[in-house]
Amino acid sequence: MEAIALAAVGIFIFILGYRFYSKFVAEKIFRLDPNYVTPAHRFKDGVDFVPTNKFVLWGHHFTSVAGAAPILGPAIAVYWGWLPAVLWVVLGTVFAAGVHDFGTLVLSVRNKGQSVGTLAHRLIGQRGKILFLFIILILVLMVNAVFAWVIANLFISYPASVIPVFIQIPLAIWIGHAVYKRNKKMLVPSLLALATMYIVAVIASKVDFLQIDLVQYMGGEGGAGLFGLGAISTAFFIWIVVLMVYVYIASTLPVWKLLQPRDFINSHQLVVGLAILYVGLIFTRPEITAPMTNPSADQSWFPLLFITIACGAISGFHGLVSSGTTSKQLDKETDARFVGYLGAVGEGVLALISIIAVITLFPSVEEFRATYSSFTASNGAGLGAFIEGATNLATGLLIPADVASTIVSIIVVSFAATTLDTSVRLMRYIISELGVEYKIPSLEKKHVATTIAVGASAALVLIPEGPNGFGSGGYLLWPLFGTANQLLAGISLLLISIWLRKLGRNYMVTIIPMIFLMFMTLWAMFEQVFTEWAWYADGSNMLLFVFGAIIFVFTLWIILTAVQALLKKTDPDFSGDE
Amino acid sequence: MLEKLKQLIAFYEEVLEMPHRTEIARELRDEDDLFLLMLYSEMIGIPNPVYYYTLELYPYMIERFHDWHLRMGMEKSPMTGIRCC
Repeated sequence: MEAIALAAVGIFIFILGYRFYSKFVAEKIFRLDPNYVTPAHRFKDGVDFVPTNKFVLWGHHFTSVAGAAPILGPAIAVYWGWLPAVLWVVLGTVFAAGVHDFGTLVLSVRNKGQSVGTLAHRLIGQRGKILFLFIILILVLMVNAVFAWVIANLFISYPASVIPVFIQIPLAIWIGHAVYKRNKKMLVPSLLALATMYIVAVIASKVDFLQIDLVQYMGGEGGAGLFGLGAISTAFFIWIVVLMVYVYIASTLPVWKLLQPRDFINSHQLVVGLAILYVGLIFTRPEITAPMTNPSADQSWFPLLFITIACGAISGFHGLVSSGTTSKQLDKETDARFVGYLGAVGEGVLALISIIAVITLFPSVEEFRATYSSFTASNGAGLGAFIEGATNLATGLLIPADVASTIVSIIVVSFAATTLDTSVRLMRYIISELGVEYKIPSLEKKHVATTIAVGASAALVLIPEGPNGFGSGGYLLWPLFGTANQLLAGISLLLISIWLRKLGRNYMVTIIPMIFLMFMTLWAMFEQVFTEWAWYADGSNMLLFVFGAIIFVFTLWIILTAVQALLKKTDPDFSGDE
Repeated sequence: MLEKLKQLIAFYEEVLEMPHRTEIARELRDEDDLFLLMLYSEMIGIPNPVYYYTLELYPYMIERFHDWHLRMGMEKSPMTGIRCC
């Protein structure tokens, strides 16, 4: 079967979902009102509350939510064959993610533009707020560890990407300076920066000494590293230290200096990446060589699939963006359908191409099976397979393979680095907020909070040892990341359901995905925690066990709260305005 | 065709500039707030030798005054003479 047909079917279903399902939800469930005065108009202040054109808002929303996660998850999940992964991405986007992103946006718009965190506070009280903070804390901690691991490994596998990625830092600072201090337009500088990065990437792919290959410097894979570690482990350790120093500095700088200009460049990269992959798909027209299903999987796809692909099918993180910034800038309430639902579809499209890149890579089913030999192996191999697959598609545009793989790895590293930067910053804020909550003033200090954030993330990424020695176990954290993300989505869906119930509307469209999601998350977590990681199991890992158990308890807690809140007849504090 | 391309570029640029515009507006607002605070520092107990003259700016500031005192964490107007809320 040609992969292009699969992409076409997927996109066709997305279009149907938008055309019919989102219309149904908008008209019959949320009953969007074009005359409703949105927070952007009601509290218009020219800063946070600004009515914005829906296309522009969608573009911004999409670039804020799309990152490395919708690439990594699907690239791992194809282990169970392409059919389950594609079905979950497509149906998850249409029935869960679309409604979730759209719903959180409408909920926030109808509640003065407040974020889901604040709404959880009003709904479940102070306990709800703390619970919410802890879940986000776990989520960002997982994000930090997983993405630091991703970047370190890409630097080791694709040494040509190191210099272009590091060049992005001074370029971003230059753009920040040009834009904010000299008041220049940003389109041209950011395009110039992107061009510089890619030119350097081309040169670095061709010139050996521009490839910062730490493993080679230590005498290749068998070489001896520092502190009695092997060469790869030492390289991994060095990259993690470098990254942690970088994020410490980056997350304490003002956002306009580094983080935002990086985002400008990354927005281009998102467009370039998606264009290369989809246009490449049209030109190369590859056949799908991976199996449709995997009957001999060592771990069942059910329910693990639903936490392996979080972003791309449904992601709680989107709710934070929807209700955090997007809802304050929505011009007309009816625009919410376009911005929210299509924002989720955009991410679904990215996840879909990630699956296609991997399932068209291998020449035969046997070779696919050799790489994706077990679930653990797939966790480690997924990202590499995506980069090779994307390189394959890019060669359709006559880009040489070595250059293409460098550029694709730069794109993935840039996404991961920005996510890392943002989430360390977020973690710092949360630690400070917990400091206020528990009256520990020292936690409110910027450098104390950042040190804790960076230290905890580094400890987490360095501790779990995998089968290939130090540093190879970071992917073990992936299911935990997925779970925390789904948990957050579950809370948001719950909030929307309670709100809809209060208004006397049909809340099945949100409660069904919520129950499905919570059920799968709980089941998957139970399986992982008590049969894989517990001290009596074969793959015993106390750290993962503790984290898993905490998340498990949180999930149970949320379900109990959900039942309680849904059964409660009236919530005087939580009406929203009609 | 060229017109469409120009529209596309303008759209793309606007998408890129959204967070940037917010940041600029926020910085500007912070500076304005600081300026107002300096003008009316007597209200929070910091002696201001030119207070008498800054009061003359009042008619020009009155509309923004309400937003300002809210942002400064004062729920009600701190001045008895000004009853904006």
